[in-house]
Amino acid sequence: MQQESEIREPLIIGSKSYHQISEDIAKPIEGKASKHWYMVLTVSVMCFIWGLVCLTYTVITGVGVWGSNNGVAWGWDITNFVWWIGIGHAGTLISAVLLLFRQKWRMAINRSAEAMTIFAVLCAAIFVLLHTGRPWLDYWLFPLPNQFGSLWVNFNSPLMWDVFAVTTYLIVSLLFWYTGLIPDFAMIRDRALKPLSKKIYSILSFGWGGSARHWSRFEEVSLILAGLATPLVFSVHSIVSMDFATSVLPGWHTTIFPPYFVAGAIFSGFAMVLTLLIIMRKVYGLESYITIKHIEYMNIVIIATGTIVGIAYMTELFISWYSGVEYEQYAFLNRAEGHYWWAYAIMMTCNVISPQLFWFKKLRTSLTFTFIIAIVINIGMWFERFVIIVPTLCRSFLPSSWNLYQPTFVDIGIFIGTLGMFFTFFLLFTRYFPVIAQSELKTILKSSGQEYKKKKEPRSLTP
Amino acid sequence: MNTSAIHAIYDDEEPLLAAAKDLQSKGIKILDIFSPFPIHGIDEIIGIPRTRLAITAFIYGAVGFCLSALMMWYMMIYNWPTDIGGKPSFAFYMNVPSFIPIIFESTVLCAAIGLVITFFIRCWLLPGAAPKNPDPRTTDDKFLMIIETNEENKNNIETLLIKGGAAEISFK
Repeated sequence: MQQESEIREPLIIGSKSYHQISEDIAKPIEGKASKHWYMVLTVSVMCFIWGLVCLTYTVITGVGVWGSNNGVAWGWDITNFVWWIGIGHAGTLISAVLLLFRQKWRMAINRSAEAMTIFAVLCAAIFVLLHTGRPWLDYWLFPLPNQFGSLWVNFNSPLMWDVFAVTTYLIVSLLFWYTGLIPDFAMIRDRALKPLSKKIYSILSFGWGGSARHWSRFEEVSLILAGLATPLVFSVHSIVSMDFATSVLPGWHTTIFPPYFVAGAIFSGFAMVLTLLIIMRKVYGLESYITIKHIEYMNIVIIATGTIVGIAYMTELFISWYSGVEYEQYAFLNRAEGHYWWAYAIMMTCNVISPQLFWFKKLRTSLTFTFIIAIVINIGMWFERFVIIVPTLCRSFLPSSWNLYQPTFVDIGIFIGTLGMFFTFFLLFTRYFPVIAQSELKTILKSSGQEYKKKKEPRSLTP
Repeated sequence: MNTSAIHAIYDDEEPLLAAAKDLQSKGIKILDIFSPFPIHGIDEIIGIPRTRLAITAFIYGAVGFCLSALMMWYMMIYNWPTDIGGKPSFAFYMNVPSFIPIIFESTVLCAAIGLVITFFIRCWLLPGAAPKNPDPRTTDDKFLMIIETNEENKNNIETLLIKGGAAEISFK
């Protein structure tokens, strides 16, 4: 059996048995939803519907209803796209990278983080599909034979790389998530009492039985998918950053973009995971599994990635000065002192200063404080993308194309709509899916469960 | 020969592991073990060979790698070479740096899809397939061992199992 050091804090609090874990994970699915759940769901669905209205209006009228203009061709659409894709990265990092590093605390949070990834990527996809202007021709993004020659898509273009990266990311995340869900669906199926839910979970569980051979293959599949998803985490946001970095615009044309975007993505993703999990653990009574220690671990990742983001900001500023290129220097001065200085100030405060507060143990183990900082980081990272896109585009090389940018109600409406869609999907997920990978948790019960750790003889210090 | 199967249910994985080791050393064949979670070390004890899924994943990945490289060569270099933004498409080796992201993504995509489909088919996990566990409690907290035996050995094994801490024994 696996052993764990006594000084490590237990990952499962209280005296739990295998059966108790099943009970706790199945409870939200089998019980009745609370009034609060319906209230939040109603608000989310209303936001979602409003987003659909704005989306339909855009499709019928054209992207002219957005705030984007000739100079500032990318506005809230690409800001939101990068923000959502970034949020997705935490899920894959938790389930893939932490699996390869054998971090056991991953097991309580990976399921919901992966769900968050998938929903976030779906939200991101809406913006890329819409910003093409004629979404009914979006199949042109794929290399399909056509009547124009065949005039193929341009594989030299980073925008094309993005199509492949985001598609791959969505599909691989979905496969990873679903394979992990199968044994947990089987657990729900085997204890379901109502015939309808038994039928549904029976279909969803694909007939999983948990035979030793299947477990051995299951573990191999998880490991290989983790190995495949790990470079994927880094590649997707690198490629997203190349949408900017391979252009010739000052302020975008920098080699620091890929690592800086990846760190920022993980940073914002963990903030979103914390936002969701702090509420979820409370509402569904999962405090024994998603403990303060889990929150603290995630906050430590936030310090690390937040610091990388901070260093990247400073490096960008230094290099623009050190390069001696006038245009480059102007781009950064314009971000800090130009028309959108307030966005830059929000970005700097939220992303550079606020995560540093987590160096204090008292603060990073406080739920309320973590929740507030997580929201602050979410806002800050949205403004980071805004600062990269809008101030740069509104002051490009030609003064004749200088323009200011103002979002319209449609821009705001679609963004609110994606938030609504994200929370609607997440709420439905918490209600009908096992939110914690219970079969994985059961493997660490004896090594990391509080009760079992207490029972073990403490090793004597004298030799 | 007249063989039958014994289903022994355990409450915990440790006595199960010990019993499996004991039976295996006595030359009694264990057909399968159903458990709510993967038990480490069980494969060696009951003699499950290491799965070859990793090899298939590598092959799928290699196919994705080759297909995407071939596709981009055909579309960009061979079929309709275009000069977009001063970046001409003369030869594959000159354009290959900008093909690498898509080659990588396709490799990962093909490896992942192929691997998961192979896994599902190999284990016959399909939507609507009948549950494979003989007892529904094995996805919750029970561990079930299936032992193949003939009539003479039946009682012998039963006493062994009871001594080893089996909670329930049934004959199928």
